[in-house]
Amino acid sequence: MVSPDPAAIRFDLSIISAEIPEGSRVLDLGCGNGDLLAWLTANKGVRGTGIEHDKAKAAYCIARGLTVLQGDLNEEVRDYPDCCFDYVILSQTLQQVFEPAALLYSLARIGRKVIVSFPNFSHYANRLQLFFKGIAPKSDNLPYSWYDTPNIRVITIRDFKKFSRDVGYNITKEILINTNPANSDGHVVHNFTNLRATYGIYIIEKVRR
Amino acid sequence: MENSVGIVEKQFYTFAEPPRQITLESGATLGPVTIAYETYGTLSEKKDNAILIAHAFSGDSHVAGHYASDKEGDKPGWWDFLVGPGKGIDTNKYFVICPNILGSCMGSTGPSSINPETGKPYGLKFPMMTIGDMVVTQKILIDHLGIKRLRAVVGGSVGGMQVQEWCVKYPEAVQAAIPIATTMRHSALAIAFNEIARQSIISDPNWNKGDYYGSQPPKMGLAVARMVGHVTYLSDEAMRRKFGRRLQNKETLSYGFDGDFQVESYLRHQGSKFVDRFDANSLLYITKAADYFDVVDLMNRPVTKQLSDKKIKYLVVSFSSDWLYPTYQAKELVQALKRRGEDVSFCEIEADCGHDAFLIADERFISLIRGFINGIS
Repeated sequence: MVSPDPAAIRFDLSIISAEIPEGSRVLDLGCGNGDLLAWLTANKGVRGTGIEHDKAKAAYCIARGLTVLQGDLNEEVRDYPDCCFDYVILSQTLQQVFEPAALLYSLARIGRKVIVSFPNFSHYANRLQLFFKGIAPKSDNLPYSWYDTPNIRVITIRDFKKFSRDVGYNITKEILINTNPANSDGHVVHNFTNLRATYGIYIIEKVRR
Repeated sequence: MENSVGIVEKQFYTFAEPPRQITLESGATLGPVTIAYETYGTLSEKKDNAILIAHAFSGDSHVAGHYASDKEGDKPGWWDFLVGPGKGIDTNKYFVICPNILGSCMGSTGPSSINPETGKPYGLKFPMMTIGDMVVTQKILIDHLGIKRLRAVVGGSVGGMQVQEWCVKYPEAVQAAIPIATTMRHSALAIAFNEIARQSIISDPNWNKGDYYGSQPPKMGLAVARMVGHVTYLSDEAMRRKFGRRLQNKETLSYGFDGDFQVESYLRHQGSKFVDRFDANSLLYITKAADYFDVVDLMNRPVTKQLSDKKIKYLVVSFSSDWLYPTYQAKELVQALKRRGEDVSFCEIEADCGHDAFLIADERFISLIRGFINGIS
């Protein structure tokens, strides 16, 4: 008995949810108010778990019927057995992680597939601000100033692909999207992606020998 | 009162009449056993809407509402803010049962009950019982009520220990479990405070090796035991807010031992109030049972195959300023449950009132419990 609002799911989350097969076991890291988990539970019958650091948000998720652990995602992922999830989702959080390589290693251990999404810092609007104004980029997707941003990692589409290769993951799917400021709507980008995509969404898995 | 369960009545179930006594974990036998309990709401025809509430060490079966004998100004049951029609645990939907624990003095069999062999109160002849034994007697009560599976088992502190014991002993009879402000086993710190409480009673000359029924009970020892307990239920922050260094009914220090500070007067009041309602031997037995409790190994054991389809849904709750059973101990339980693939939710609630927070009305706590229970399917 989960109370979802299926209409009100963010565009990037609707792209992610389309990739998840019926009945999967899903772990959503930084699940916020649980909108994605609620949608997946109601519409795809997934067995979902969320991890959320914010106590009020975690309590909200639990009160709406979701299975959610309140805690630090870097610590919480350590306790799970190998491959106990089909999909682990790290949505718009990678840019805030202190040790991305260590975290991805854990995620690929506990999940068969990992879905990672992040804001593309090399979007042309960001580049123009840096080039013409000489200031750290600020936009609807990246609304923070340099001194108060939680986004401690600057990632671009190209950076992420190189990173995946270097640390030993296969990218099984790449979806690059351009969304409106509210992230309520958008479209998939096919050309000049590193310039035009506002978000990158990747499905990766460990190279298993 | 609005949303109250109204007038309630304590009920009793007696079983294990000799020669069919129950065998306790220690190997000792006990019988007859009476369990006092209260129920609220209506049991559904399928008997599938029952929620068992396990009370804390000095609590009783009186969760909500008033007794017919209550006087004007008497407090309602101890979880009245959570249990009632339309409340967090909604008695319009659920049938709520709260048994008084074995070893207590609030209606269930304990050291102050009559020993059938001697015709006198048991005193120290009462066999040492465990949290597991308490739960065995609760299961007998549930069977008697014809309930095969509980929708949820809920409890804070020592009540949370009973919740865990239910999950390891009778997993097939538990649909969901909410252990609150509790631990898989006592830390040295928790045992230490219990030992101070016990020694306070034992060193009171009136205790008389537990044989004081019919004469002067060890009031001073029991009062001091309660004072120690009370400090562990509060927090530095709560005590600063509540008392600070304020003086009680005086302007200047008395330079004596009559008690100057409000906190002294509060603890003395709590101590003497407790003496009127609690039995010193019950405190000894129940604190010892809590110290013996240890489900670390059982919680870390993998779930058996036949049970994996009927998994228990867990919600573990801790409070940020609880230093008796701190959040790290709740997290150890969560870790064990995660490792064995259980469906577990966890939330630490920000609260400055220490261990006692689970007994204080808080909308965040109430809505958490309400939402989780309504989500059990």
